[in-house]
Amino acid sequence: MKMQTSEMKLDGNAIAGLLGEIFAVEMTTAHGTCAACGAVNEVGRVDVYIHAPGTVVRCPSCEQVLMRIVRGRGRYWLDLTGMRCLEFAED
Amino acid sequence: MARAALLGRLSWQFGELVELVHETPRVSSLYFNIPMWPGHLAGQHVDVRLTAEDGYQAERSYSIASPPEARWVALTVERLDDGEVSPYLVGELKVGDKVELRGPIGGHFVWRAGDDRPLLLVAGGSGVVPLMAMLRHRATAPHKAPARLLYSSRALADIIYREEIDRLVAANDGLLVSHTLTREKPAGWSGYTRRIDAAMVKEVAWPKAQTPAVFVCGPTPFVETAADLLVGLEYDPLWIKTERFGATGGAGGG
Repeated sequence: MKMQTSEMKLDGNAIAGLLGEIFAVEMTTAHGTCAACGAVNEVGRVDVYIHAPGTVVRCPSCEQVLMRIVRGRGRYWLDLTGMRCLEFAED
Repeated sequence: MARAALLGRLSWQFGELVELVHETPRVSSLYFNIPMWPGHLAGQHVDVRLTAEDGYQAERSYSIASPPEARWVALTVERLDDGEVSPYLVGELKVGDKVELRGPIGGHFVWRAGDDRPLLLVAGGSGVVPLMAMLRHRATAPHKAPARLLYSSRALADIIYREEIDRLVAANDGLLVSHTLTREKPAGWSGYTRRIDAAMVKEVAWPKAQTPAVFVCGPTPFVETAADLLVGLEYDPLWIKTERFGATGGAGGG
């Protein structure tokens, strides 16, 4: 049986704007390596939950947290513990 | 902001509403003149930000409906009654009003007319919006990849762009459109009248040997179902690009 899908789940497209505030280049076409399972996924394909206080990005292969982003009081907190590597084009 | 401008990064700017088109009772297309618009690709979106008098801000993402070739940037927005942004955009905003936006945003869920793979578009409700940008873009291209659209709506009156889609099909340039209605069976209707399922997808989708480019957009449960059905046809998951609107439509809800 397939697990019931959370209706709150979005994908990497939903954080293209947020990532655009932080990074100088387009990030939804970047490739991220999951620190837990090693799967490599395009950021546009990752699972995204924006209803938490902050944004939680999970690996679509193993559901481990890849990235947590919190924005508030004029600052960003970016936790990349679960992302072993991010690869992206120069421009 | 100065640094963002210097690096060509995403910055907020004002767009002026120049035209308003009522598509369905709950959906309108808003055409904006955005003076510093750098151009966009079919499938990209913009963020819209509203600021209340007390400084409270609400931000939502909306797909761009207009093709790169169009003069104005069109957003097609579904009004969600409990939403914070969509009831203002669909209902209160008038021609001449200005709205704060930034974009274009996103580089994953995009299609260029130069891509000559057969195109399969699968839309649930207002998920048709970025796919319409692709079909409008395709319509202007000198060489057109064959394309199919499977579009699920609740009822006949909820089909967004219905007449325009009929016109695109009538151009007879390699576009096939299959509608399905999930909550109505109008007299004389020749399309499907059920939720998307394996038999429907098998009838509409390209055989896997044709290695199509696939874009699926709609509410999260619809997108998950459609993507699973396509993988069930032995499509390579990497052919399939998806964009989830959440449970109700509009990333972040309304």
